[in-house]
Amino acid sequence: MKSVVISDMVKRFGSFVAVDHVSLEVEKGEIFGFLGPNGAGKSTTIRMLCGLLTPTSGGGTVNDFDVSTQPEQIRRTIGYMSQKFSLYDDLTVEENIDFFTGIYGVAKEKRAERKQYVLEMAGLSERRRALTHTLSGGWKQRLALGCAILHDPPVLFLDEPTSGVDPLARGAFWHLIHDLAETGHTIFVSTHYMDEAEFCHRLALMYRGKVIALGTPQELKAGLKEHSLLNLESSDPLGTMRALEGLEGVRDVAVFGGGLHLTVDDAEATSPRVRQRLGKRGIEVRKLEEIQPSMEDVFVALIEAEERRAA
Amino acid sequence: MSYRRMRAICVKELHHIVRDARSLALALLLPVLMLLLFGFALSLDVDRIPTMIYDQDHSAASRDLVKQFSASRFFQIRGMATDYATVERGIDRSQVLLAVVIPVNYARDLAAGRDAQVQLLLDGSDSNTASIALGYSETLVRNYSLALRAEAMNRRGGQTLAPPVDARLRVWYNNSLESKNYVVPGLIAVVLQIIAALLTSLTIAREWEMGTMEQILSTPLRPAEMVVGKMFAYFVVGVADAAISLLVGIFVFQVPLRGSLLLLAVSICVFLCGALFWGIFISAAAKTQVAAYQGGILSSFLPAFLLSGFIYSIETMPWVIQVITHIIPARYVVTILKGIFLKGVGLSVLWGELAFLALYALIIFLLATRKLNQKLV
Repeated sequence: MKSVVISDMVKRFGSFVAVDHVSLEVEKGEIFGFLGPNGAGKSTTIRMLCGLLTPTSGGGTVNDFDVSTQPEQIRRTIGYMSQKFSLYDDLTVEENIDFFTGIYGVAKEKRAERKQYVLEMAGLSERRRALTHTLSGGWKQRLALGCAILHDPPVLFLDEPTSGVDPLARGAFWHLIHDLAETGHTIFVSTHYMDEAEFCHRLALMYRGKVIALGTPQELKAGLKEHSLLNLESSDPLGTMRALEGLEGVRDVAVFGGGLHLTVDDAEATSPRVRQRLGKRGIEVRKLEEIQPSMEDVFVALIEAEERRAA
Repeated sequence: MSYRRMRAICVKELHHIVRDARSLALALLLPVLMLLLFGFALSLDVDRIPTMIYDQDHSAASRDLVKQFSASRFFQIRGMATDYATVERGIDRSQVLLAVVIPVNYARDLAAGRDAQVQLLLDGSDSNTASIALGYSETLVRNYSLALRAEAMNRRGGQTLAPPVDARLRVWYNNSLESKNYVVPGLIAVVLQIIAALLTSLTIAREWEMGTMEQILSTPLRPAEMVVGKMFAYFVVGVADAAISLLVGIFVFQVPLRGSLLLLAVSICVFLCGALFWGIFISAAAKTQVAAYQGGILSSFLPAFLLSGFIYSIETMPWVIQVITHIIPARYVVTILKGIFLKGVGLSVLWGELAFLALYALIIFLLATRKLNQKLV
């Protein structure tokens, strides 16, 4: 069963095309990651799916309700966490929960149980009477997630839920998301943290309004298999970049942490040539090894390919 | 419309109101402050007009005329001049508003039965007060001269002569002609209009600025439920303000309440609904809290103050302005409040005004809901 279907969706703001003919489908129970740099159109797409914006053309369904004509039905069956923290700072934890319980219309007999669930999930049972603005970032974010799932919605839209939250809290948050997926909830989550992409079942990479890649993390990494990736650490990274320019078999050199990542056609054939060239220039090679590409490598490669195509 | 969702909104707003103690205190103290300030400052009564006397005659007759001025509660003699320069200085420096100059031959002319002349000099820069002062002093001098003439004729003819026409005045509704009785009921209406706009004008703009609106819009909550829920929360504060204002009017200003308290309460409640909806509409239309706040104050304060007929009589305005006043809700509530307070009239007279206020509230509610709905797209 499909929880979310997007077909040829377009959103224009004046002459700016924020979402450019996007099509994709999300299965029930899937954690679907929406990746891309800021301004790629992730939030706009999510807003259209939540019925906050109307698509310029094309459309989609959420829980089989049409985004253009049935936004009311959609709002009843989704949870949404917007990019900005959006609970009431001057209300207590409990008052925020009670408010959203009220406007989601949670049935009377379920209210106490849902509240208990959310308080425990967010780890806020002890601090239920604390004013929300006294909570730390991680807690606020878990409370916001809790408030978005009070009515137990089958589909959850999370727009960069982990931005501005410390790594430990991020880890805990992804645990919660996996727990929710295991109980049959569909999670549609956007992020610009590449490491978080690995936690998703499937990913779409969005760039300048377009989906430029779609698949499981493994599939996306496998897409890079026609090239190999070398990790190179040398005494002079800048000199190395200059030295390797135009060297046969080297497609791209990118700074990565303290070292360089080289995209090459064939690792075994190219490695000796690299050593030879650097030796001639008096640059010491400390480490040269073939590595498995990370998500970040995948995305850098995909975006560069897209840029080259556009140019 | 779901009662539960409206209640959730209302309870949430009440939490905001209670948490923000400073704003709440301001909302409750402001009407008292405004009533006291305007109530005392806006006194339209002209009495104890500062007056200077320049008596060139120094006769028994001239002293008798001066006594007429000093005995009147409308005049207060601030000084005796000995030359015109002193008179001029007094008026230029606004020490006095009126100067009475009695010429040298005053007593002789009177005794000879000729017309004696008295000069009245007025500072006309405040035309309203000046014309009232002119009226008072003219009346005083005329009455005095009539009395003198009657006395003289009596002496000559031995026959009492009554003035030809004797107007018997009886003022209805505000028989002491005290302007506070006229100003305070209208002032209560104006104050409530301003407070209502102040209370609600931030409520939706703040949600947009804080980003909470986006969250709310993704829920099943409908615009109408949000508008009504928010209105009811601030209605509680508005009713408290109304009660405080009425108490100040009745007990501090001693304005007599001649009509039905129930009708007064119902009218104020209907008026408050409309005024609160207006604030919400402004808040939904403005993007930011600053714009909403300024829009709320301007759009409520100016019409309520200038076009409601609370001090400036609508009958004397140009007809274009008169037409405009018909869509100013404050006009109707001012009429209702003055009617109930001063005339003691009931629903049979005021139903039209009340019906307008109810219709106004309904229309603004629909507008606010529509405005909020547009933002959902």
